[in-house]
Amino acid sequence: MKPFDYVRPATIEEAVQAGSMEGSAFLAGGTNLLDLMKGGVVEPQRIVDVTHLPDLSAIDATSDGGVRIGALVRNADLANDADFAGRFPAVAEALLSGASGQLRNAATVGGNLLQRTRCRYFYDVASACNKREPGSGCDAREGENDGLAVLGWSDRCIATHPSDFCVPLVAFDAVVEIAGPSRRREIALEEFHRLPGETPEKESVLEPGELIVAVRLHAESIAFCANQRYLKVRERTSYAFAVVSAAAGLIVEDGRITQARLALGSVAPKPWRARAGENLLAGQKPERAAFERAAEAALAEAKPSGDNAYKIDLARRLIVRAFERAAAGTPNPLPALPASPFAHSPEAAHV
Amino acid sequence: MTLSIHLTVNGAAQDVALDDPRVTLLDLLRERLHLTGTKKGCDRGQCGACTVLVDGRRVNSCLTLAASLEGAEVLTIEGVARGDELHPVQAAFIANDGFQCGYCTPGQIMSAIGLISEGRLDGDPERVREGMSGNLCRCGAYAGITNAVLEAEATMSETAKEAAE
Repeated sequence: MKPFDYVRPATIEEAVQAGSMEGSAFLAGGTNLLDLMKGGVVEPQRIVDVTHLPDLSAIDATSDGGVRIGALVRNADLANDADFAGRFPAVAEALLSGASGQLRNAATVGGNLLQRTRCRYFYDVASACNKREPGSGCDAREGENDGLAVLGWSDRCIATHPSDFCVPLVAFDAVVEIAGPSRRREIALEEFHRLPGETPEKESVLEPGELIVAVRLHAESIAFCANQRYLKVRERTSYAFAVVSAAAGLIVEDGRITQARLALGSVAPKPWRARAGENLLAGQKPERAAFERAAEAALAEAKPSGDNAYKIDLARRLIVRAFERAAAGTPNPLPALPASPFAHSPEAAHV
Repeated sequence: MTLSIHLTVNGAAQDVALDDPRVTLLDLLRERLHLTGTKKGCDRGQCGACTVLVDGRRVNSCLTLAASLEGAEVLTIEGVARGDELHPVQAAFIANDGFQCGYCTPGQIMSAIGLISEGRLDGDPERVREGMSGNLCRCGAYAGITNAVLEAEATMSETAKEAAE
């Protein structure tokens, strides 16, 4: 690990000031940042430790009946908060399906949004990677790319955003609160991450020094709590990143869907809201044929970036299953194997 | 620049001077405080051999900067027994053959102590396997580890019930 200066600001203002200096990186849970630093993938000159900042670790009710989650709330604490998990069970399930018990105890809400891709060429400093070193090329294009993007990618970068947590968050219209050097602002999570285009090194809308202070979910999104699921296909049952994941939510009245929410994970450079699929479901009966049409629409723009055409089919099938499970009702308690498409399911033989 | 942090390790409060902010909790424990029970496996948060409790919660000490632990309480494998009396999780690992070479064992035991205290196992082996997935055992002692965690959970909840009565 390259040497760095360590600063521990006492206030958000001090943190933003220190974070604005060239070469600064914010440290929260550190579960991704320290790994990247040990591998020489990122080499900050200054670590701004925000873990001791006050007032960023609470889960609060907002005046409109929604939820405000402080940026330093740990993944495990959010997932296991009974009130929160009751209102947003797919978010809790996504959190519990990610990483390991140890990592969930350290990783934070803000850090999860800013975690970097797990594309192996990004991690291997001997490989060309436009994200790590702009203009150097992309060895993934002709490399082992079976896990990489099928939506939203560009010729410069085909990496995926690896988060589980962000998938139901973006499905349920989460908003990100940001503190910056000159002002506070907020932005929909759907607009927070950028597509790679010509500049894959720019992953979010954050400007230098800007710090995520909270994530908010609106009261209206709680209406999906009775019918929602997060499902995640992995190469092993636990402690693995998604190959494809899906968050699905429904509001059903008198046997008809009034509203649907759908987002996909690990298929694109950002958590992928699939509005085309949602729109087709309004007014439909919650049945397989409707879910299949929604899945078709959700993947209409998809194209392989390498040896990954299978991910498009997999995503379609996972969407259908996620909606079927959502229609059957949110499980309570959550299954022993969170987000597993296979666990305790009478109808599941294979994806 | 020398940083100084105040923290508690296995019940003993100490001030530690850090000449380099790169020191992880794992290296602090092993190299500076000579508590070598905590093991370095991958050093990248993948294997769980370095698991300790910080403020009662299991974490990977290899991915924790010591400098950020001002005021923290750390519990390592050296601090779990009471004199010669083993912690129930330690005793259960022996009774159930929860190891072969033993290298991953301190991390397994600390992870199991953290997992049991999280309180959601309900005697379910599937929840144990899922909850322990951050601890690799290259000898493949997983069946024994699962049984050990289940037995320790039962013992500890029995003890807690008796204490409450």
